[in-house]
Amino acid sequence: MDMGSFLHQFVQQLINGVSLGSIYALIALGYTMIYGIIKLINFAHGDIYMLGAYFGFVATTMLGLSFLPALVFAMAAAAVAGIVIERVAYRPMRNAPRIAILITAIGVSFFLEYGMILIATPQPRTFPAVFDATVYNVAGLVINSQQIVILGSALVLMAALTYIVNHTKAGKAMRAVSFDMDAAQLMGINIDKVISMTFALGSSLAAAAGVLVSIYYNSIDPLMGMMPGMKAFVAAVLGGIGIIPGAMLGGIIMGVVEAMVSGFFSSTFRDAAAFGILILILLYKPSGLLGKNIREKV
Amino acid sequence: MLKVDNIDVYYGAIHAIKGVSIQVAKGEIVTLVGSNGAGKSTTLRTISGLLKPKNGTILFEDNHIEGMSAHKIVGMGLCQVPEGRRVFANMTVMENLELGAYLRSDKDEIAKDLEDVFKKFPRLLERKEQVSGTLSGGEQQMLAMGRALMGRPRLLLLDEPSMGLAPLLVKEIFHIIQEINESGTTVLLVEQNANMALSIADKAYVLETGRIALAGTAKELASSEAVRKAYLGG
Repeated sequence: MDMGSFLHQFVQQLINGVSLGSIYALIALGYTMIYGIIKLINFAHGDIYMLGAYFGFVATTMLGLSFLPALVFAMAAAAVAGIVIERVAYRPMRNAPRIAILITAIGVSFFLEYGMILIATPQPRTFPAVFDATVYNVAGLVINSQQIVILGSALVLMAALTYIVNHTKAGKAMRAVSFDMDAAQLMGINIDKVISMTFALGSSLAAAAGVLVSIYYNSIDPLMGMMPGMKAFVAAVLGGIGIIPGAMLGGIIMGVVEAMVSGFFSSTFRDAAAFGILILILLYKPSGLLGKNIREKV
Repeated sequence: MLKVDNIDVYYGAIHAIKGVSIQVAKGEIVTLVGSNGAGKSTTLRTISGLLKPKNGTILFEDNHIEGMSAHKIVGMGLCQVPEGRRVFANMTVMENLELGAYLRSDKDEIAKDLEDVFKKFPRLLERKEQVSGTLSGGEQQMLAMGRALMGRPRLLLLDEPSMGLAPLLVKEIFHIIQEINESGTTVLLVEQNANMALSIADKAYVLETGRIALAGTAKELASSEAVRKAYLGG
């Protein structure tokens, strides 16, 4: 491969990778926020992404909504689902050993996957094209308008989340609970409410990712959340679990690595690369790229 | 104002607090002294609602607060400065103080209280935008106290404010506790530094392995033979 075509391929895969990575970032944010608050790896989070896609499907096909209202509908419905899941499955386990609540999360994951199979059958469904995909050719690079919408929506959502977390009272309460639950309670913060809000925010971001991906691939099925869920989890660990900018960075890196591996080697190695990253990060920097070594509490 | 009546608190199977009763009247400084592991912090955590007593009652201004959630108790005007300060080290001094006023929406009054806190602790004003994890121990103690004051407590619980601080700083902190009390806040103070605590308190309780061993006015206890031997270094 000569230099010119290498560079061309590189930039093309960078575009694909950032677009895919922004999806991972949206899902990874939920993992990291929920972990930050209650120290739970919510293994059902990938299935919330699937739920979001189905909510989007319902909104576009049955309710006939266009892209933006359907996205908002899916996010709101998933937020409610997230709150209910926490309330019913996780809250009763809050003082149980960590492993018990982790197993509960796996149970919730199976419940959502096979519950959806029961309701919607295991058949993949075609997600309607809510807007036309225009393919732009810029200096020989292929950019799909859907990629632009995915990236744009993801960026807007991440900016909104960053604003909520850093500049609103609710966001401050979230950070306080995540840092020290007892001290937060002594400020008068109702931790149950903050935890519910965290699940709502995380779930709505996953749902947005679900809708965006479904528009891109125009196909959904009840098990579609497994792989992206796992990869977003790797992205969250890569960036440093519990750290919000880390999830964004980790997601983008994951997406770019996958695109590069698919573009330069073979897409069959894509998943191996993703999980290879997990192994490397756990070996060399288990606290993640943006993670600090946690100081001992005296 | 506060009436703790015969409470029992367990950590799993461990009976940590055994039939403790404490009374704090409006305007007083009451201190709870005792050695490590006597149950002082457990008592405060139970009053604040972080732990639930198995038996007994806790009345705050004639309302039952035993078993109530911690955030509701704060809303009633009972704030705590926890042991080890527990400032939100990842946030700025200002954000910490704002969280102290979390339940309040009276913006003008919050601004006034913020000014008061900065007057009491000028060093916090200097370090307003600094991340609080980078403050010294003494500054963190001041921040923790300022943060609790932002909740406008009528009763302030202080858990070992002198812990790990240099003698001069301890003096300053105790002086400020007296000031806080003089401006109308009732104080329940837990201390290992019994000498200092008894010197500013009206009433005192001595806690020993989860039980009240002695109670009386601070003066009585400071001159009591048993207390001198056990806690005041002869």
